[in-house]
Amino acid sequence: MMDEGTELSVTIAQIVQRLKGAHLHSQLEKQARECLHRPEIKLESLKEDVRNFLRVSGWERKLQNAVYRELHILPPPGHPAAPPEHTKEPLAYMRKAQASWEKRILKSLNSMCTELGVPLARKRPIPEQKELTNKWNEMGTDEPDLSKFRPVYAPKDFLEVLISLKNPNHDCREGLTARSHWGLIQISLNVRAIPQMREAYPELSLTCCQLGIDDHAHIPPDLFESEHIRIGNKVVSEQDSAAAQQYSRQGCPTGLRAQLWALILNATNEPEDIMHYEQLKAAVIHHDLLVDNLIYKDVKLTASNDDYYFVFEDFLYQVLLCFSRDTAVLEHFSYNSATPPKSYIQGKTGTEEFAVVYPPNGVVPFHGFSMYVAPLCFLYNEPSKLYSVFREMYVRYFFRLHSISSSPSGIVSLCLQFERLLQSHLPQLFYHLQKIGAQPLRIAFKWMVRAFSGYLSTDQLLLLWDRVLGYDSLEIVAVLAAAVFAFRAENLMEVTSLASAEAVLADLSTLKVMPLLQIFLFA
Amino acid sequence: IFMFKLTCVRFKCSLTNTILDVLHQRAGWVEVKEDGEWDFNWCDVGWLRENYDHSYMEEHVRICHFRNHYELTRKNLMVKNLKRYRKTLEREAGRLEAAKCDFFPCTFELPSEYHLFVEEFKRSPGSTWIMKPVARSQGKGIFLFRKLKDIMEWKKNGTRSEEQRDEAQVESYVAQHYIEDPYLINGRKFDLRVYVLVTSYLPLKAWLYRDGFARFSNTRFSLSSIDDQYVHLTNVAVQKTAPDYDPEKGCKWQMHKLRLYLTAKHGSETVEALFKDIDNIFIRSLQSVQKVIINDKHCFELYGFDILLDQDLKPWLIEVNASPSLTASSQEDYELKCRLLEDTLHVVDMEGRLTGREKRVGGYDLMWNEGPVYREDVSLETLGSTYQIPNTHLGCVNDRKKQLRQLLRPFPGPKRA
Repeated sequence: MMDEGTELSVTIAQIVQRLKGAHLHSQLEKQARECLHRPEIKLESLKEDVRNFLRVSGWERKLQNAVYRELHILPPPGHPAAPPEHTKEPLAYMRKAQASWEKRILKSLNSMCTELGVPLARKRPIPEQKELTNKWNEMGTDEPDLSKFRPVYAPKDFLEVLISLKNPNHDCREGLTARSHWGLIQISLNVRAIPQMREAYPELSLTCCQLGIDDHAHIPPDLFESEHIRIGNKVVSEQDSAAAQQYSRQGCPTGLRAQLWALILNATNEPEDIMHYEQLKAAVIHHDLLVDNLIYKDVKLTASNDDYYFVFEDFLYQVLLCFSRDTAVLEHFSYNSATPPKSYIQGKTGTEEFAVVYPPNGVVPFHGFSMYVAPLCFLYNEPSKLYSVFREMYVRYFFRLHSISSSPSGIVSLCLQFERLLQSHLPQLFYHLQKIGAQPLRIAFKWMVRAFSGYLSTDQLLLLWDRVLGYDSLEIVAVLAAAVFAFRAENLMEVTSLASAEAVLADLSTLKVMPLLQIFLFA
Repeated sequence: IFMFKLTCVRFKCSLTNTILDVLHQRAGWVEVKEDGEWDFNWCDVGWLRENYDHSYMEEHVRICHFRNHYELTRKNLMVKNLKRYRKTLEREAGRLEAAKCDFFPCTFELPSEYHLFVEEFKRSPGSTWIMKPVARSQGKGIFLFRKLKDIMEWKKNGTRSEEQRDEAQVESYVAQHYIEDPYLINGRKFDLRVYVLVTSYLPLKAWLYRDGFARFSNTRFSLSSIDDQYVHLTNVAVQKTAPDYDPEKGCKWQMHKLRLYLTAKHGSETVEALFKDIDNIFIRSLQSVQKVIINDKHCFELYGFDILLDQDLKPWLIEVNASPSLTASSQEDYELKCRLLEDTLHVVDMEGRLTGREKRVGGYDLMWNEGPVYREDVSLETLGSTYQIPNTHLGCVNDRKKQLRQLLRPFPGPKRA
């Protein structure tokens, strides 16, 4: 076991290593060099003066934000002798399950490829490239024949895999006991109960003011809202990531949310980000990928059919097609239990030199994937900025919703937590639903996989995602799912089938998330 | 002033859509047949034209149109009234005040103002103009043009459609400067439909409904295809006939969603200023016809204002409808129209439940009552301040049920003295 001091040095070394090659590093060097001309920089106190200059001009803050960002994605320190798979996922049985799930996905992708005679990737002929460049801002007007394409998988397929997860060290043969799992998830993970969450989420308590509750029409703004907005403005002007994250726990004002989220995620729109986006766009123009069709189909089936998100159809293509080609996303696989699918050049299967990650970003889209991006279109309208924010949200949070891992923010933990919360607080309801063949998780799963996008009304969804960012965890999504069941408990007790239970919970668009969460956790 | 109570309200209704449902569901309201006597008439403008002048209406009777509403709703008359009002304002209050009327694009009535139009046309070469028939609705007969020769042909019956050629030769049109830089959301143009209820012109009493919606064009905006009327016209009626129209796909955003979107993009201060400018459009338009409209106390009118935003977030008035469509395009739309109509009937108050001093009824906020209406009543604190917040909440939370419960007492018993 490493001691704390060594652990810290290792962390620092890792972060320094990661930031060394980054653009920010060269910018800081440039700033430091150029400031030497300034009158306040004296030779005797060179180091201090330069440091002071960097602080005063806001560059130190930028560095702080970058370090803060690295800390977010840094995996927890493990044993020095542990192999890299352990950073991805410490539990062996989970790794195995994830690997076999990935095999299935790849098989499905390959067979679609063979059946339809469509190559995984092909270079576009020049006239087609020209056409696409002209139509870049209105790809939604295209109506390609997508009838032959099927989504590679839907959330319910993934749920079946999670249900079949078994810990080989745990003997479940004893039959139904007090410790048995009467929900769908059959494994034990450490999930928090309400008393622990009360301590973890103090800003949501009844005695604490927040947006989504205390900005209601009847409450005079002087009580909370005006002051909160004033503080929000200050946070934005200070450009402080950590402060923004803390602030977001009480909700972001609509007018400041875009800037605050970008700050929390350290998603910049510097020239190098714009250039990166343009390069991705060029990649889209040059090559056509099979997954592009999956993306088109998904957008057409989900976002385009939504009463509110249909307007953003074109943005969604512009973001998702570029996302598929962004190899920078591959970085996150070091802490994601998933491994990107590999394809081999014809005839060279198994030879690593001829392996190519497919799609280039390693993420195979599934049915509903575009809903991760849709709500963000409400906040950002420059495609490169929208892209930056989405990508960061994906590599910090969304990936955990469709990979099998033991992470507390992972979908498995969320499912288990949801079931446990319902079982402890509404046992009668849980028992009733289970008896009529309407296991609650079967209904709630689709909400959680999408972090409620497309199910809640947009303003409520954004308030929920404020807290996901603020607490740096998706746990709140599981709590909300349980709170929704608690809210509709009376009606649910009357239903006699899975179909009628689904009907009671079909429309969440009128729900107010913050009061639901507050009551569930604190009342 | 009510002096008696109605135990039941007899109504007539010319329409068979949402309004009929709302009237049927209203407690104590009974539909009367053809020639029966009625207390309330939701009529269409045709009926009004034929019957109003020969009808005697008792004091308590209410009808949903003003006799000469067309002063506001026919495009050529609205423009004429607005121009005249503006001139008066300039004379009496100066340039700055008159500039507050600059919310309608440069418009000329044809054929009467043809020469003035040509002068203006030549002054802005390359600009696009839109030609609209004054009396038709739902986007019929509208086309865009850039060159005078396009309308020369039109004048000579050359490119007119069958329908237009059958009409009497002298149909009035207006030529209006087309707004070439509309505010777009993801490449799509939209306009706003806002509902304003006027219960009296002298004194002017107008209510603004909190809900409304933005209507999107189904296709992406581009100036290169001005012949494609589907791009430029956002009326749902026109969109419905567009080749790629998908009835399952709603082309509307509720007002609060639009407000959320704009606030997230531009910040709350900018959006508040925008909505204040929009309020200004309603008030000025109504003031411009205040002295012209025959102010019959039996009349009230629910107007549908069509507003277009440009890239600089300046709102423009496109037109005013005296018979805004009450047919619902979706379940959400149906619910909005039900709310709107229920609250309209609450304000008209056949049941005599209101005191007449209310500033809010359900989703309606009193916007103008012989003068501007503010959220806070004047008190010691507000007396000194030069800025007061207007009593309008377009696109804001509409918690009408709660408000109505507190406001309305049970049926019998007149409240007004």
